[in-house]
Amino acid sequence: MIAKIAWKNIWRNRLRSLIVIISVILGLWAGTFLLAYVFGIMDQRLEDAIGHEISHLQFHQPDFLIDNDPQYSIQNSQQILNDLAQNEEVEAATGRVLAFGMVAAATTSSGGKFIGIEPEQEQAIAQLASTIIEGEYLKDGDKNKVVIGKKLADKLNVKIRSKVVLTFQDSEHNIVAGAFRVKGIFKSYNTSLEENNLYVSRSDLDQLLNVNGEVHEIAVLLHQSDLVPSFVSGMQRKHEDLSVRTWKQIAPELALMVDSIDQYLIIFLVIILLALSFGIVNTMLMAVLERGREIGVLMAVGMNKFRLFAMIFLETFFIVGMAAPLGLLLAYGSISYLESVGMDLSNLYADSYGSLGFKTIIHPHLEGYYYLRILLMVTITALLSAIYPAYTALRLDPVKAIRKI
Amino acid sequence: MEKHDHTNCIIHTENLTKVYNGGAVPVRAVNNVHLHIERGEFTALVGPSGSGKTTLLNLIGGLDTPTSGNVWVQDVNLANLSKNELIDFRLNNIGFVFQAYNLIPVLTARENIEFVMLLQKQSKEDRDKRVIQLLEETGLLEKADQRPNKLSGGQQQRVAVARALASMPQFVLADEPTANLDSKTAANLLDMMARLNREENMTFIFSTHDQRVIDRARRVITLVDGEIASDVLQEQNAVQI
Repeated sequence: MIAKIAWKNIWRNRLRSLIVIISVILGLWAGTFLLAYVFGIMDQRLEDAIGHEISHLQFHQPDFLIDNDPQYSIQNSQQILNDLAQNEEVEAATGRVLAFGMVAAATTSSGGKFIGIEPEQEQAIAQLASTIIEGEYLKDGDKNKVVIGKKLADKLNVKIRSKVVLTFQDSEHNIVAGAFRVKGIFKSYNTSLEENNLYVSRSDLDQLLNVNGEVHEIAVLLHQSDLVPSFVSGMQRKHEDLSVRTWKQIAPELALMVDSIDQYLIIFLVIILLALSFGIVNTMLMAVLERGREIGVLMAVGMNKFRLFAMIFLETFFIVGMAAPLGLLLAYGSISYLESVGMDLSNLYADSYGSLGFKTIIHPHLEGYYYLRILLMVTITALLSAIYPAYTALRLDPVKAIRKI
Repeated sequence: MEKHDHTNCIIHTENLTKVYNGGAVPVRAVNNVHLHIERGEFTALVGPSGSGKTTLLNLIGGLDTPTSGNVWVQDVNLANLSKNELIDFRLNNIGFVFQAYNLIPVLTARENIEFVMLLQKQSKEDRDKRVIQLLEETGLLEKADQRPNKLSGGQQQRVAVARALASMPQFVLADEPTANLDSKTAANLLDMMARLNREENMTFIFSTHDQRVIDRARRVITLVDGEIASDVLQEQNAVQI
């Protein structure tokens, strides 16, 4: 009967109850969707960073990491690559020769990072071929061919088959230069990559740098990302003279974002729920004060405080209990739909998102346990929101309440 | 718990006083009232506005606490009960009828009557039986599934009386029960309560200004300035009732 009265009480003032229910639905939808949106961006960024840029882990000569001096190459790199190729946990591995210098075209020049790659191996790690928008990707055996980003190409005013000259220091600190023809132009969601990275054959760069077949960087992709920490520990023990770093160590800003985003979003959700709780408290308080005389009668005829408290609690729960599943269902529906079709923000934020390394087509995504977590938070919110109105009801003096007009 | 034995005495007050200190001057709403009510009485508390009728009813019903003095219901001193015990005591021993009916608007007539029995945790079988009995006695069987807003004032007050009786109380306190009713409806209600008093030996105590109620009462207690000014038995009603 208490539940029945509580349920019927909700519908005494339909408009007011509906407004609260709708505000809870919209608040939950907005909060949940925001979570999914940010997780979508983060997942994509992480996937891209690992799949196109840094992979799961990298080997370097420790001194190379200090100032990128090309003399600090990885000794026995081919042996390491062979070992990695035999390892069952490794999906792909490749060696890169790196140099930093100037790239000059007919009319202008720019700074750049020159990456000497084995095209086939690199493709297994960074999928560069899929980003080519003009010309072609490098192939094994290409001589003096370069693939550059669209932004850099525009800056240098070069096209396919245009000639550019790469100038940098070799391993003995001599200035060396090489002429290359543009074979392909890639487009990246990451503006920084598109402006700075130039890809050439490893043998070409090796020859100019004079590193004798060694590499500066070995990038490794594992089959399972959760194996990265243990794999890196094992490799570090095996190759004590090298620096073996996880993607989190290579890109700490990305790791920080991934690790802390969860907490930030939960705080944001708590703020939304807090705002909703004020709405609920206000509505329930009005409902209690409006029904003062009736509550007084209930107390007079023998309804004890526990039951009265339970009635107000139930009213709050019914409101939130109706709104929460609807809000989460709405969120689930919109998230699922947009996860499959994607949200294209390229017309709005292409430059700003790109400059931060984010794609402009977002696929919102939220793991199932987050819905349960939100439901738990909403339940706690409802509990807390019910306390003050219920307490107010308990404090009513039945004599005064019954006399209230 | 203190014991206070009075043969057939259902309510007994001793030096009952209630002083309200809310205003500039303390108001002595009930002043040193000694009262005995016996089982089966049909008693009217009368007096001008502000004479302390409702305050006395509230004190007897355990809704309000006295400034001094005691209220005994049978052998229970209400002053010895905690707030929660008092609520349970009211539930099981006292029926209330209010001037403004005060039914629960979201419940039907049947549910309003059944509600107190649910609070008492009576079985469904007992509840159904008692509800039907009370609806029949109050002539509201056909209106059982109507909500209060679909009932007339007289019908609502009948439901309120049925609700007051549903818990099988020791006595019923009715605060101006006919004040909002027309003559015919008030007469019908009084007939019904008189019949219940006669047939079930139910004790009724009214606070009232209504001469119709006063005329039907077996005992009339007049309050003036919180004190009992007169206490008269109307023997002619003993037979009538």
